[in-house]
Amino acid sequence: MAISRRIVLHFPRRLVDRPIVYRLIKDYNLEFNILKAAVTPDEEGLMVLELSGKQQEYDKGIRYLTTNGVKIQALSQDVIRNDDRCTHCGACITICPTGAFELESPTRQVRFYNEKCVACGLCIKACPPRAMELHF
Amino acid sequence: MTKTIEEINEKIQQGKAVVVTAEEVIDLVKHKSTKKVAQEVDVVTTGTFGPMCSSGAYINIGHSKPRIKLGGGRVYLNDVPAYAAFAAIDIYIGANALPDDDPRNRVYPGEFNYGGGHVIEELVAAKDVRLVATAYGTDCYPRKRLETWINIKDLNEAVLFNLRNACQNYNIAVNLSDRTLYTYMGMLKPNLGNANYCSAGQLSPLLNDPYYKTIGIGTKIFLGGGTGFITWQGTQHNPNVLRSENGVPKRGAGTLAVTGDLKQMSPRWLVGTSMLGYGCNITVGIGIPIPILSEEILHYTSVTDDDIFAPVVDYSKAYPQMESDILGEVSYAQLKSGRIIIQGKEVPTASLSSYPRAVEIAAILKEWILSGKFGLTQPVAPLPGIESGTIFKPLKERPIQE
Ligand code: SF4
Ligand code: SF4
Repeated sequence: MAISRRIVLHFPRRLVDRPIVYRLIKDYNLEFNILKAAVTPDEEGLMVLELSGKQQEYDKGIRYLTTNGVKIQALSQDVIRNDDRCTHCGACITICPTGAFELESPTRQVRFYNEKCVACGLCIKACPPRAMELHF
Repeated sequence: MTKTIEEINEKIQQGKAVVVTAEEVIDLVKHKSTKKVAQEVDVVTTGTFGPMCSSGAYINIGHSKPRIKLGGGRVYLNDVPAYAAFAAIDIYIGANALPDDDPRNRVYPGEFNYGGGHVIEELVAAKDVRLVATAYGTDCYPRKRLETWINIKDLNEAVLFNLRNACQNYNIAVNLSDRTLYTYMGMLKPNLGNANYCSAGQLSPLLNDPYYKTIGIGTKIFLGGGTGFITWQGTQHNPNVLRSENGVPKRGAGTLAVTGDLKQMSPRWLVGTSMLGYGCNITVGIGIPIPILSEEILHYTSVTDDDIFAPVVDYSKAYPQMESDILGEVSYAQLKSGRIIIQGKEVPTASLSSYPRAVEIAAILKEWILSGKFGLTQPVAPLPGIESGTIFKPLKERPIQE
């Protein structure tokens, strides 16, 4: 059976420059689409993939990733902004590894582009009034 | 050209006063002479909305039956300890207070999700707050334990009383080390990964009146969505610092102590704040009107972000170790461009103080004045200026030998 899933991969520092994902195609015949990729301040790598292939191969591929220390999370988590709490300070702008926050000129309102978010969670605790929320 | 506050108030009453924000005045002086604008404009409004250093509120809960003396006992508001060292039923809740069982930084970096600032926000939002108190009991105040819901509506007094707010200028925080730092200036990424600042710049009250010529003790202000007053200079008020030619301090300088009736404030302008790895605080909205008494005062209010400079400070060493080295000076215009250059490296900037909300405060204050409901006040005493010789001294530590 062929399946296709969207997942978030967290690479520890030591794996960031290793060709892990490439082996998924080579050894497990999986197809992937990189939706987003980023490196966090602590140099953890983040990647959102759409991964498809045969169920058996898919499971093996996932096992290969986890045994190598890659943390996997389903992309069912969504980070949203509670606009009632956001004060538009801008503290999140330099925190987000994917640049999901942008300053709008000339109002200096902070825009949040959910589609760029990889749900890394960094902004959730870094936002002073805690306006960013993780939803499942 | 000179005007008096009485004259301006009269115009306000007649609905004839001309009021502009500290942002709008910048445009006016671009097209007309300062002299002309000073004649036309009566008031310039300023605003700032950021986490404020030392803030808190005192409340009087009314006597219980039988009576209890909280002073000398222990009091908690939603599990956050309040200061109970006054007479029977007055307590003070500081914005930085944390529940006894908060793990703090034992789990590093601590999250600090709920503290005194959040209690104040909930009080202002007219939410019920749980008060738990223990006391030692006296003949006149026999009760030893009290557990009750309280609500701001039922309190006798609820007063915001902040010891140090509205800093005139502030450091730009960076991190030269190779690990992430969690500070009151936010998360600082290693190796100059980001630069955080905290000021409304050209809209900030004391940057528009650098020598405190109109803002003084007794000045009525916008505070937390209601009205309040400047009650004193803030703690660490430090007028004698390096200033630019235009008089604007290039370092942290003046500060304000402010107070006002919490009952007429709003949670939109008093927001409980959590600084990862640092602690809890409150973000406070303050707006101050500046009466245009002379051309000189108008000139000060027309200051722009290009003319206001702040020092870049390393929070991995210089700040915690009390070293005075700075890594340079940058203008707010550069900061607001989103990138600054430090040691040859391009560093992205972020603010902790909300500029859009500062704009909103200045606009609300303008509206209040135009509608005649907010008159200007003559300070009853000036804030200590340069001539006062006031300086902010470090602690002279004298080890205690037993
Ligand atoms: S840090 Fe939080 S409050 Fe500030 S702009 Fe970002 S989401 Fe809004
Ligand atoms: S969770 Fe926050 S910091 Fe992480 S990618 Fe999404 S918006 Fe950016």
